[in-house]
Amino acid sequence: MEMTQNSKDMTIIRRGNAGQILDFIFANSTRICAVIVLLIIFAMMVSLFIGAWPAFKKFGLHFFISDKWNPVTEEFGALVAIYGTIVTSIIAMLIGVPVSFGIAIFITELCPIWLKRPVSTAIELLAAIPSIIYGMWGLFVFAPFFGDHIEPWISEYLGGIPFLGHLFSGPPLGIGVLTAGIILGIMVIPFMASVFRDLFEVVPAVLKESAYGIGATTWEVVKMIVLPYTKIGVVGGVMLGLGRALGETMAVTFVIGNADRLESSLLMPGNTISSSLANQFTEAVGQMYTSSLIALGLILFFITFVVLAVAKFFLLRLTLKEGQRT
Amino acid sequence: MRRDRLMVWGLALLALVVLNPGGVHAGAVKAISGAGATFPYPVYAKWASAYYRLTGIKMNYQSIGSGGGIKQIKAKTVDFGASDAPLKPKALQEAGLIQFPMIMGGVVPVINLKGIKAGQIKLSNKLMADIYLGKVKKWNDERIKKENPGMALPARNIVVVHRSDGSGTTWIFTNYLSKVSSEWKDRVGNAKAVAWPVGIGGKGNEGVASYVRRIDGSIGYVEYAYALQNHLTYVKLKNRDGNYVEPNSQTFQAAAANADWEKAEGFYMVLTNQPGSESWPITGASFILMHKVQKKPEVAKAVLKFFDWCYKNGQKMAEDLDYVPMPMKVVSLVEKTWEKEIKDEQGNPIWP
Repeated sequence: MEMTQNSKDMTIIRRGNAGQILDFIFANSTRICAVIVLLIIFAMMVSLFIGAWPAFKKFGLHFFISDKWNPVTEEFGALVAIYGTIVTSIIAMLIGVPVSFGIAIFITELCPIWLKRPVSTAIELLAAIPSIIYGMWGLFVFAPFFGDHIEPWISEYLGGIPFLGHLFSGPPLGIGVLTAGIILGIMVIPFMASVFRDLFEVVPAVLKESAYGIGATTWEVVKMIVLPYTKIGVVGGVMLGLGRALGETMAVTFVIGNADRLESSLLMPGNTISSSLANQFTEAVGQMYTSSLIALGLILFFITFVVLAVAKFFLLRLTLKEGQRT
Repeated sequence: MRRDRLMVWGLALLALVVLNPGGVHAGAVKAISGAGATFPYPVYAKWASAYYRLTGIKMNYQSIGSGGGIKQIKAKTVDFGASDAPLKPKALQEAGLIQFPMIMGGVVPVINLKGIKAGQIKLSNKLMADIYLGKVKKWNDERIKKENPGMALPARNIVVVHRSDGSGTTWIFTNYLSKVSSEWKDRVGNAKAVAWPVGIGGKGNEGVASYVRRIDGSIGYVEYAYALQNHLTYVKLKNRDGNYVEPNSQTFQAAAANADWEKAEGFYMVLTNQPGSESWPITGASFILMHKVQKKPEVAKAVLKFFDWCYKNGQKMAEDLDYVPMPMKVVSLVEKTWEKEIKDEQGNPIWP
């Protein structure tokens, strides 16, 4: 009797100990994972900075504002690549955000049930297509179509607008900054759309039904219930898409034209940071050339960082405003 | 159960360590490795697979680009490096390397003009440079008309297409332009990637080719094999002797044969703008780099044996892939250099 009681206690204690140890191991292994991520980012930054240092030392701030990229004379400036990266990403967002929004709202609010699954699956499939496929499709299918049918129209009708016209003039090659932006837009849609859809689906039905119950239209429900409820996630989804647009390499390289010249027109070829890197890194010889390319990488790192920081800042402002509205 | 599984894993690990095929073997060399230029990769791969079937010796070649090949051979992570552009004798000296030409090819200007077929348009060297400098802007420019009397040329804009990635093809092409135009030499220069005055960039030969096929009025440059396999519209060029020549293996060989290899220190020889009535002006060779002092003479010997076999038995395979094999005259010069220059650590020659 006594014996059994004793051994029972022992097992409880033993099990408790084992649980504690497991817990300790678990907690620390998750911590290690988190710390490793931080370490990797830090190590990347440090090694990029060390690699880029010779270029920064030689060109100084001029590196950021010079549009020269001449491997022969070893004069390098990042302006063309920075401009191309930002402009293509803006175009991609202008196209991608509204369309993915529409898709997500359609799926969650308006779509008949039998269509829901096929549309969702199609979007997920689009997200799984490798970027090189988008690039090849862009080069062989989209660019010819765009150059033959859309660009002549663009330069004829939009090229004449004062100021803005500069953005849309030039020969209809089908290859250039605008094409790259559009391809990027198509590429980010599935990502953002599936994030948005998942977000909108977690909005409690009771909230939406209450709104419908007091006579709100679908648009009002989306604007006043769904969006406020999911805004943090929505900003996150947009950032995810923007991150992909900023860093996309292969698809852009295929259709942007890869010219290291600053052109005012969106129809003309340009270059982005990641496509410059992909094109030139393998054959870059000489310290200054390599170092300038690494400096481009560091700048891309920095741009992504700034974008994330700005997004966080906006979110903070949004949450602060909460409750002040009536 | 759990212990069993652990044991299985342990045994598997042990087996991996013991039976590791990449481990150090005394005696026969089973594998040689190289890295570098992408341009000759198809023919190197073909030679390697034929050689493997014959001898059982594997040749692993990573086509990571000439720049990468030079870096890797300097770091001695591979047995040989490959580069489309020759290293200057001084650079070879500093790194303790020798180089020799392995295979040749040509770079071919291709155009897209409605109604005009391959070989119908003739261009002089000066015109090529002026087009790529952006000074000749229309196809019906007087200077183009003068070279092509009686030809109906449209008033279309010339769209210049170049490579966007750093490449040996660009190196050969800009080397040619620098030789034929002093303005090109001063303003742009000769490198694997340059600051192009005009035009759009396509990635790889296929990128340039697809732009040229797409855009009416465009002109680009691609490797000969690529132009041939894709039926692109090439142009005739006026060579140094003033003759118009078509790009084909005869005119490439003519350029190589007329080059004076014997006087080229460290085989530093660029085959652009060579003399000879038949010479194609934009010809280039792809080079192999090896260390002069070999720590593992048996590996070096295996590498040299492979290249010797390629020189002597690989011509047909090279021609099938539209490459141009090195003339035998040059091969015997190369092998003499092996004998003289490549040594083990005691200073004994490795070849033959």
